[in-house]
Amino acid sequence: MYITPVKQEDLANNMAEEVKLFKTWSTPFGLRVVWALKLKGIEYESIDEDLSNKSALLLQYNPVYKKVPVLVHNGKPVSESLVILEYIDETWNQNPLLPEDPFERARQRFWAKFNEEKLLPTIMAIFTKEGKDREEAMAAWVENLKFVEEELKGKKFFGSEKIGLADLVFGWMANLIGIFEEVTGLKIVDERYPLLLAWMQEFYEHPVIKDTWPPHDKMIIKWQALYENYHPAK
Amino acid sequence: MGEIGENEEEVKLVGAWFSPYVHRVTWVLKLKGIQYEYVEEKINSKSSLLLDCNPVHKKVPVLLHHGKPIAESLFIIEYIDETWKQNPILPTDPYDRAMARYWAPYIDQMILEGSKRALYVEGEQLKKEIKKVSEAMEVLEGMLKGKKYFGGERLGFLDIAFGWIAIWLEAIDQVAGVRFLDSHKYPLIHKWKNKFREIDVVKDSLFPMEKLVCFFKKYSQYSKLKLSEATK
Repeated sequence: MYITPVKQEDLANNMAEEVKLFKTWSTPFGLRVVWALKLKGIEYESIDEDLSNKSALLLQYNPVYKKVPVLVHNGKPVSESLVILEYIDETWNQNPLLPEDPFERARQRFWAKFNEEKLLPTIMAIFTKEGKDREEAMAAWVENLKFVEEELKGKKFFGSEKIGLADLVFGWMANLIGIFEEVTGLKIVDERYPLLLAWMQEFYEHPVIKDTWPPHDKMIIKWQALYENYHPAK
Repeated sequence: MGEIGENEEEVKLVGAWFSPYVHRVTWVLKLKGIQYEYVEEKINSKSSLLLDCNPVHKKVPVLLHHGKPIAESLFIIEYIDETWKQNPILPTDPYDRAMARYWAPYIDQMILEGSKRALYVEGEQLKKEIKKVSEAMEVLEGMLKGKKYFGGERLGFLDIAFGWIAIWLEAIDQVAGVRFLDSHKYPLIHKWKNKFREIDVVKDSLFPMEKLVCFFKKYSQYSKLKLSEATK
């Protein structure tokens, strides 16, 4: 458990400024929130949960979904990673994740939702399914990637000039695509998507992001085990 | 919707009469007194306008402001709220906004999508959807305790997001042969529903029940057919 030391001036100025993040060591949804907190330099306490044995505190803070991540700010819980990201952005104004322009804000929100509703389900289908079902998932994945590649045209990040909310939401690709490719033996993001590949590299190595990735070996073991569950050796 | 003068904002809404997602946007536009042009999409053929301005999903609603498209109804509402500051829809406090952003998609997932599926699934699947919708209705009922509207004393973002329940759910109940909108189980929702239907900007969305029932009957038949073809 990692507890941040509380600075003297924080104690004096923000006596009640208490930020806790419930997550797991590997969840990409929790990692997004870590990135947001780090980008804004927000002190927080991190609590890694064992999802097979959820703490009473977690169940109290997220009774509806019983999932991580949950951000607890001064005792008040916020769940759902996209909701948490916007909450963080509106509560701490330094280094905004979303720009002022309403159209740009709507654009990033749109792509964040696209990731959740299109990319994530298709990648999980590719990972878990076989035969014709996997082929269909791959076809859908390719369609989705075309849109993503198109969106990156003329931009360094999904947030345009700098990392924004949409980058944090797509961020899982920067480490998990490589891990999935290693575990499944499939090529998931190939040279047809040069902008996306470049973005993945850029994001992976970003100074604030690069030290947050969960240990590679541990991730391989975890995902290998999951893969074998779905594809038992005949 | 009024002449577009040289100095006026150019606002266009691409929609379909039967879509609750579209109507929630029109309520917000009207509450803020924003002039807009409405373009109706036909059910079975997507116009080049729609394909141009929402190439990813090809769905309504899409709001066009100075020719730039915004899609996804809840994001359109946030866009409108951020661009036209009169009569704010979302609360000002970040925590309250987080709660609004949390509950709106939850209810869309559980009740809107759930009740739509109840129109064409059967057996165990139907039981699952009924359970899902009922649980979410319980949550909604609880949210109204001690409140006039979901937004408190005044109409808010969640009233707009849930407003479709006051109009569409009864028709779905009829066609699916269920009782999601049970006034005995959910007396607060029932009261809220009647209040919501009285609101001026909502009145244009009040369809004759037969029109909605007819629409959902067709939707149900079409979806059942698609489902049986997919599972062959």
